[in-house]
Amino acid sequence: MKSLLLLSGLGISAMLAELFNLKKLLFPIVCLGLLATIGVSFYDWNTDIHLFNNMLRLDNYALLFTASMSFITLLWFIGANDYIELETSISDKYALVLFALVGAFIMVSYNNLSMLFIGIEILSISMYVLAGSKKNDLFGNEAALKYFLMGAFATGFLLFGVALIYGVTGSFDIQVIGEYCRMNAGNLPMLFNVAIILMMVGMAFKVSAAPFHFWAPDVYTGSPSMVTAFMATVVKTAAIVAFARLFYGAFSFAPSTWQNAISVMAVLTMFIGNVTAVFQQNVKRLLAYSSVAHAGYLLIALVALSHFSGGAIFYYTLSYGVASLLAFHILFTVSGNKNEGADINAFNGLAKRNPLMAFGITVAMLSLAGIPPLAGFFGKYYIFNAAIEAGRYKLVLLAVVASLISVYYYFKVIIAVYFKQSNESAIELTGMHKMLYLVCVILLFILAVIPEMIVGLMK
Amino acid sequence: MLTAILIALPFLAGLLIITTGGEQSKRIALGAALAELVVAGIMLAQFQINAESQFVLNYPWIPSLGINFHLAVDGISMLMILLTTVLTPLIIYSSFGHHYSKPQNFYGLILLMQMALIGVFTALDGFLFYIFWELALIPIYFICLLWGGENRAKITFKFFLYTMVGSLFMLVALIYLFQQTTGTHSFDINALYAAGQALDINTQRTIFWGLFLAFAIKMPIFPLHTWQPDTYVVAPTQGTMLLSGIMLKMGIYGAIRWLLPMVPEGVAAYSHLVMMLAIIGIIYASLIAWVQTDIKRLIAYSSIAHVGLIAAGVFSLNEQGISGAVFQMLSHGINVFALFFIVDMIEQRTKTRLMGNLGGVRTVAPKFATFFMVIMMGSVALPLTNGFPGEFLLLNGVYQASGMYALFAGITIILGAVYMLNAYQKSMLGEVSAATENFEEPKAHETHILWICAILVIVMGVYPKPLFSIAEPAIQQLLTMVK
Repeated sequence: MKSLLLLSGLGISAMLAELFNLKKLLFPIVCLGLLATIGVSFYDWNTDIHLFNNMLRLDNYALLFTASMSFITLLWFIGANDYIELETSISDKYALVLFALVGAFIMVSYNNLSMLFIGIEILSISMYVLAGSKKNDLFGNEAALKYFLMGAFATGFLLFGVALIYGVTGSFDIQVIGEYCRMNAGNLPMLFNVAIILMMVGMAFKVSAAPFHFWAPDVYTGSPSMVTAFMATVVKTAAIVAFARLFYGAFSFAPSTWQNAISVMAVLTMFIGNVTAVFQQNVKRLLAYSSVAHAGYLLIALVALSHFSGGAIFYYTLSYGVASLLAFHILFTVSGNKNEGADINAFNGLAKRNPLMAFGITVAMLSLAGIPPLAGFFGKYYIFNAAIEAGRYKLVLLAVVASLISVYYYFKVIIAVYFKQSNESAIELTGMHKMLYLVCVILLFILAVIPEMIVGLMK
Repeated sequence: MLTAILIALPFLAGLLIITTGGEQSKRIALGAALAELVVAGIMLAQFQINAESQFVLNYPWIPSLGINFHLAVDGISMLMILLTTVLTPLIIYSSFGHHYSKPQNFYGLILLMQMALIGVFTALDGFLFYIFWELALIPIYFICLLWGGENRAKITFKFFLYTMVGSLFMLVALIYLFQQTTGTHSFDINALYAAGQALDINTQRTIFWGLFLAFAIKMPIFPLHTWQPDTYVVAPTQGTMLLSGIMLKMGIYGAIRWLLPMVPEGVAAYSHLVMMLAIIGIIYASLIAWVQTDIKRLIAYSSIAHVGLIAAGVFSLNEQGISGAVFQMLSHGINVFALFFIVDMIEQRTKTRLMGNLGGVRTVAPKFATFFMVIMMGSVALPLTNGFPGEFLLLNGVYQASGMYALFAGITIILGAVYMLNAYQKSMLGEVSAATENFEEPKAHETHILWICAILVIVMGVYPKPLFSIAEPAIQQLLTMVK
C-alpha cells in the first residue's frame, strides 16, 4: 500500500511541479521517492499484506520486483535526465514514467485478473504516450501508433481470456482459479483451455515473444532512445512477472495446455531474436532484437515450473536490466538525441574517444552475451539450471546454441569500439553519467559474486 | 592462505594498474609478478611431497547449486603454479623493449590473466574451474584485439569463438555430471569423479567428448588447431608468449585433472584414437613447420608438434607418459617463451621475420647466436637440456601403449631437429644480409632474460629429479583412479 501511494503521489506531484514552477527540484525529489519505495519494500518484507479485498497481494515476490524495478527506474532517471531536459514539458515525462511504474507495480503484485488488466493498462497507456513523445518525429509517431494498436489488440485477447475464465470459474481471483484448476485437473472444460490460450497470446504480445513480437523492433527503434531503454527493462520485467504470476498462480495445474506452446515460443523467440540481430547495422535495432531474444530465455524459466524459476527470473531480469540500461545509456550518449539511434559505425573508435564508455559498453555486451564472470552468465545459468531440474534438456541445448549466435553480434559492437578507427572528436561526460556507468559496471560484477544472496531473497 | 594470496595479488595489482597506472605500469606490473613469484616460492618451500591436497581454501559460494570456492594445491598444480609465476615476470620483463600504447591496460590484463591461470590450476570445483577457464580467455582476447597485428579482429574472434564453443561443451558435460552426483548435488571434484566413474560406458563415452573438445581446442590437437597459427602470429609478442607458454597448458592440465579420472572407461575407449590424432598432428605440424619461411609461424607450428607429443603421452595412461607430460609442460613453456622472445628480438632489429632475408647473424652478434643455439637445443630435446627428460619419458609412455605410435612419434624428434636446425642455419649462419648487417647484441634486459632461460634449459636438463618428485605422488594417485 505504502509503495503504491508513494509512487502515485510522486507521479501526481510531478504533474503539479509544472504549476508551482518547481521543475528544478523534481529530479532530487523523484530520486528520493524511488529510494523510499525501495526502502518501504524491504520494510514490508515478510508481511504478505492483502489489499483491496484481496485484489493486490504484496508477497515477497511482489516486493522484491517492486524494489528492483524502482531501482532500475532510478538508474534510468539518472541517465535520462539529459534527455528529459532536452525536451519541453519536463514534468509530463516524469509523471508518465512514474505512472508507468505504478502500472508495473500492480502487474507484479496483482491477485485478481481485473487488477492485472488495470495494471497493464496503466503501464501501457503511459508508454504509448511516451513512445510518441517526440511529436515532430515521423518514426516516433509511427512507433506510438503501432504500439497502441498492437497493445490494444493484445489486451483484447487478454480480456477474452479473462471473460471466459470468469464464465467457467465465476471468479477473478487467482487463488480461486488455481483451486478450480487443481480440483478439475485432467478434465478441464474446453472453455477453460481456450481461455488459457487466449491469455497466453495476450501476455506473449506484451513480453514480445515470437511469433507475437513483430511490433517490438519497430516500436523500440522508433521511440526515443531513453523511452526504449525503459521499455526494454522495466516494462519487460513487469510483463514477464505478470505472465509468471498468472501461469504459476492460476494455471500451474494445467501444464499440458500451455507448457509445450510456451516452449515452442521460447525457442522461436530466442532464435528469431538472435538471428535477426546478427544482420542489424543499427545498434538500437540490434538491442531491440536482443531484447526480444532475452524474453525467450525468460520464457524458459517460465516453462520449467521448478522451484528455482522464481529466483532465476528475478536474477535474470535484474542483471539483464542493468546491462541493457547501461547499453542504452551509452547508445544515447553516442547517438545524441536522434530517434533513429546509431549505426554501428558511430561506435567506431569509442575506445579513443572515451575509454570509460568503451569499457562500459564492453561490459554490458559481455554480460548480455552471458560470458562469465559477469552477471549475465549467472542469469542464464540459473535459468538453465531451473530447466534442467525440470528435465528440459533439449530446451537448454537450444538455448545454449542461441546464446552462441548472440555472441557474434554483441562482439560486433565490441570490435567496432576497439578496433575500428574514427575521426570523431572525444566525448565529454558529466560527473553524473560517469558515476552511473561505473555503478552499472560494478553492479554487473558484484551481482556475479553474490548470486546466492540475490536468488536467496526469493525463497 | 597462500592460495588466497596467489589469486588475490595479481588481481588487485591488475586492477590497481588499470585504474591508476600510467607510464610506470610496466615496472609496477613487474614488481607484482615478482612478488607473486616469491609467494609461489614460499609455497614451494612449505609444500609436502605427498598426494594430499594442500593449502586448501574452501568456502561455500552458491550453496543452492552446490558450488564452492574450493582451491587447493597438489604436486601437479604446484608445478603449474611455478610455470605461471616464473613465466609471467619474464613475459612482462621481455616487453621492456616495446612501447605499447595504453600500457596500464596491457599490463593490467596480463596480471588479470595470471590470476585466472592460477585459478584454473588450483580449482577443485567444477563450476569454479569453468569460471576461471573462461576468465582466462577474456584478457587474452583483448590483448590480441587491442595490440595485435594485421587482420586481428577476424582472427582473434575466430579464436574466441572456437574456444568458447569448446568451453560450452565442457560446461554442459559438467552440468550433466553434477546432476548425476549422489545426495545433494555438488560440483566438488570428488563428487564429480564418483558420479562420472559410476556412469555406464556409453554415457561415459559421450561425456568424454564433451570434456575432451574443450581441452583439445585449447591445446590444440589436430584437427582442432586451425585457430592457433594465425592467432600466434597476429598476437603481440607477449600475447603469443602467454598463449603458447601458459595458456595451452590449461588444456593439458584440464585433460589430466578433469578428464582422465572423470570418465576412465570413456577415456580408455578413445585413448588410442586421441593418440593417433595427436601423432598425426605431430607429423603434420612438423612438415608444415619445415616449409615455413616466417620464423614466428614456424615456431607456432613447432608448438603444435610438441603439444601433440605431450597429448599422446597423457593419453598413454601410464606413469611415464603423464610424468613426462607434466615435466614437458614446464620445459616447453620456457623454451617456447624463449624462442618467441628471440623471434621478437630479430623482428625488432631487422624488421622482418622471413628467414630468407636473414643470415650471418652469428658473425655480427655471436652472443645472440649462442643463446639461440642453447635454447634451440632445448627445443629439439638434446640430452642434458630440459627438452630431453620430458620427451624421453613421453616416448617411453607412448611406447608402452603401442610400439608403432612410439615409432611415428619418434620421427618428430628427427623432424624437429631438421626444421629447427634449418631455421637456425638460414637465419644465423651464412652470408650477412642487408637486414642483419647492423644486428645489435642483446641489450641489458634482453641479456638477463636470455641468461635466465639458458640456465633453466641446462639446469632442468641436467638435474630434473626435484621437479619429477614433486608431481610423482599426485600422478600415482591419479592413475589409481584411471585404472
